[in-house]
Amino acid sequence: MTALPFVLLAVAVIAGYTINRMAAKSIRDGGSRLHSMASYHGMFSALVILVPVLTFILLWLLLQGTVIDRLVMGALPDGALEGLDSGGVQLVLSEIKSISRGQVFGTPESWKLEAAEHHAALQTKAGWLLVASVAVISLLLLGFARSRVAAEFRARQGVEGIVSGLMIFCSTVAIFTTIGIIVSLSYETLRFLDRVPLYEFLFGLNWEPQIPLREDQVAAEGAFGWIPVILGTIVITVIALVVAVPVGLFSAIYLNEFAPRKLRAVVKPLLEILAGVPTVVYGFFAILVVAPAIRSFGQSIGLDVAPNTALAAGSVMGIMLIPFISSFADDALSAVPRALRDGALGLGATRGEMMTTVLFPAALPGIVGGVLLAVSRAIGETMIVVMAAGLIAKMTINPLDSVTTVTVQIVTLLIGDTSFDNPKTLAAFALGMMLFLVTLMINIFALRIVRKYREAYD
Amino acid sequence: MTDTAHPSGPSGKKNTADIVAASLKRRRRKQARLQWIGLGAISIAFVMLFILVASLLSTGWHAFTQTHLTLDVYVDPEEIREEKLPRGGFDDALGASLGAILPDADMEDRKTRKAVEGILSNGAQFELRDLVEADPSLIGQTITMTVPVSDPYDQLNKGLIKRDTPEENRRVKDREIAWFDALKEQGAISKPFNWALFTNADSRFPELAGLKGALVGSFWALLTCFLVSFPLGIGAAIYLEEFAPKNKLSDFIEVNINNLAAVPSVVFGLLALAVFIGWFGLPRSAPFVGGLTLALMTMPTIIIATRAALKAVPPSIREAALGIGASKQQMIFHHVLPLAAPGILTGTIIGLAQALGETAPLLLIGMNAFITSAASSPFESATALPTQIFIWADSPERGFVSRTSAAILVLLGFLVMMNAIAIYLRQKFERKW
Repeated sequence: MTALPFVLLAVAVIAGYTINRMAAKSIRDGGSRLHSMASYHGMFSALVILVPVLTFILLWLLLQGTVIDRLVMGALPDGALEGLDSGGVQLVLSEIKSISRGQVFGTPESWKLEAAEHHAALQTKAGWLLVASVAVISLLLLGFARSRVAAEFRARQGVEGIVSGLMIFCSTVAIFTTIGIIVSLSYETLRFLDRVPLYEFLFGLNWEPQIPLREDQVAAEGAFGWIPVILGTIVITVIALVVAVPVGLFSAIYLNEFAPRKLRAVVKPLLEILAGVPTVVYGFFAILVVAPAIRSFGQSIGLDVAPNTALAAGSVMGIMLIPFISSFADDALSAVPRALRDGALGLGATRGEMMTTVLFPAALPGIVGGVLLAVSRAIGETMIVVMAAGLIAKMTINPLDSVTTVTVQIVTLLIGDTSFDNPKTLAAFALGMMLFLVTLMINIFALRIVRKYREAYD
Repeated sequence: MTDTAHPSGPSGKKNTADIVAASLKRRRRKQARLQWIGLGAISIAFVMLFILVASLLSTGWHAFTQTHLTLDVYVDPEEIREEKLPRGGFDDALGASLGAILPDADMEDRKTRKAVEGILSNGAQFELRDLVEADPSLIGQTITMTVPVSDPYDQLNKGLIKRDTPEENRRVKDREIAWFDALKEQGAISKPFNWALFTNADSRFPELAGLKGALVGSFWALLTCFLVSFPLGIGAAIYLEEFAPKNKLSDFIEVNINNLAAVPSVVFGLLALAVFIGWFGLPRSAPFVGGLTLALMTMPTIIIATRAALKAVPPSIREAALGIGASKQQMIFHHVLPLAAPGILTGTIIGLAQALGETAPLLLIGMNAFITSAASSPFESATALPTQIFIWADSPERGFVSRTSAAILVLLGFLVMMNAIAIYLRQKFERKW
């Protein structure tokens, strides 16, 4: 049923192409000189049909569900939804939908059965309506395109105009995505701030995202202060950088200046493998190997190590960042002009001195930019911490303790129950907003540093 | 002359050359130290890579075989009646047949009977049920079946449960080990390649759990991702590289694309949850929604790769095409784009490989549900490979540890394959101008 409109569309497009092409050819065979080649006449017809009808079908399918839901819920008998909150209404709706799909559990009330029938009828009706409209619109467009075929019709310009319109649309998708991110995050964040004051969110020292299940429940009032969460994020990020920066930097220095060419050709792609490993694999590695190793080592020297210590998550994240930092530093070192290198060597510096006193300081801004990008990666990294870090927010900077991070909270708050009107769910969006803003600022800052530095030697 | 050049004078101490010569050794040592530290850093990275792969292989290879038990089952007409199918005491029939060949298993004792039935996987009774349902004439006969054993015995057979652990800490008791050894002596135990890992969907029982649902889900998601991001990415790249006027809007689009490439993946998950599921009402847990989300994340990669590939086509090609009267679009679509195709394809495959390993956004849209059948369309609930790994890594049963590693090996296998194809394409078709 859903495939039928698309099949119709495909038929119409092919028909449009063939008809116009034939028509143009017959004009040419009649002795007139065509402005555009016959295939462009065909393409013109195909595009004139394809673009609007496809847009129409997609919009229809996107909106159909919501419209039908509204109609069904609007037609319910009075009082059926009395006393239900939005979650309850959603439940009723999904029950009606599952009945209309033929999955009946127990014996639902008769009005639900009627609503389900109504729902099914509307769906069939909508399906046929769509097919009919697609057929009518396609035919109209087909006729329009056919009427344009003439010897002097500039079909190529028409096609190229449509194609460049399509390409402009493609490149604006990136803008729409950014707008979508900003709008959706800020909308849900504002709803969150309706329930929790901004001051409490930004400066509160407690993070206990829970909501009372019943009105009269005692001591279940949640606390939504993000300080402990961001503190945990910082702890893990610092651990990751402590691992990744020295290792990445020194391997870059070695690869850039000292490594024999053959070794470099082998080592670089192997390091890239570390960058290509999905983060869920690193997460499993952390819980399978690193966390138990750290724990047993800690116990052997008499330290109390939490099972999901920040050290395990952080160091595994550091491993993930090594290739990132090393390739960034390598690029920055290579971008230093040859003249600086040769000048230092010509003055009698050893290659080591040249590296530490000339090349490295000259490349420092680029390296700092790379490290900053690594920081934003570490803050936004999700799977490693979801699997290996803790769930409970603590005000601690002890790397052996378990801490939680912004991304862990987002994922745990949203896994499972997601109705969009409780502070628990909305809190995840508020955290997401902060995450987006923080990483965006770091990225812009880092890119600016990198760019500024590049300009210095041009 | 020489006197002024050497302030210390010929009568005085060493000249510069001597000072330099004396310090050279120390300076060389310093350089050598720097080199050693660099080599050390690289080896740390490699040791980590090695441990990562080694730990996955050492735990994962177990899951590629599965212990099976070959058993003559008497389909007891007392327990299984034709008119009652598909209900019936299939587990009792299996248990009775198994108890008959075990030494000193008193099947009258409830506890013993339970323990004996526990040797077989929970899926065995359904396998028997399907057999009997398909052919009811089997009732009353004895049939030979090869069925998986349950997880503890599988672990025992693979040596993952140590026999020298004290009995109270061991999941398989002494009596049960004796049974298992007896079965082994009878030649009933086999350990074939675990095809079920690829042909079964998820299950609560490790010995039955497979990756089919996840593979199918990942396939639908990647297909959606490709169909959406490939045309959009190429269209955007061609426009930005070849047509866009140098103005504020183009700059803004470019900044946007670069920023999108650096937005944390979990934020894309939030976007998908709020917009695709919350506002548009698309189904939760559907690979289609996952694919759309991944497409938004893959698009910047494809755009950047396509632009680089377009840039690499030399101007002579363009000028030649324009010179013989092609329009700008004809020049690009007929001449430049085909020449840039290998680079574009390489970039796309690498982008899709990244998308295949992406987990966090899929978690947020609910692709971590427990689903025991493979999706037959991209709109049905499904898991994906990385989310399946996440689910299994979270499962408490011991058997899931090796399943998780095996799933990771499968995922890494796909990634290696995709990257190998990309490298092959690049080497085979890349032209040097």
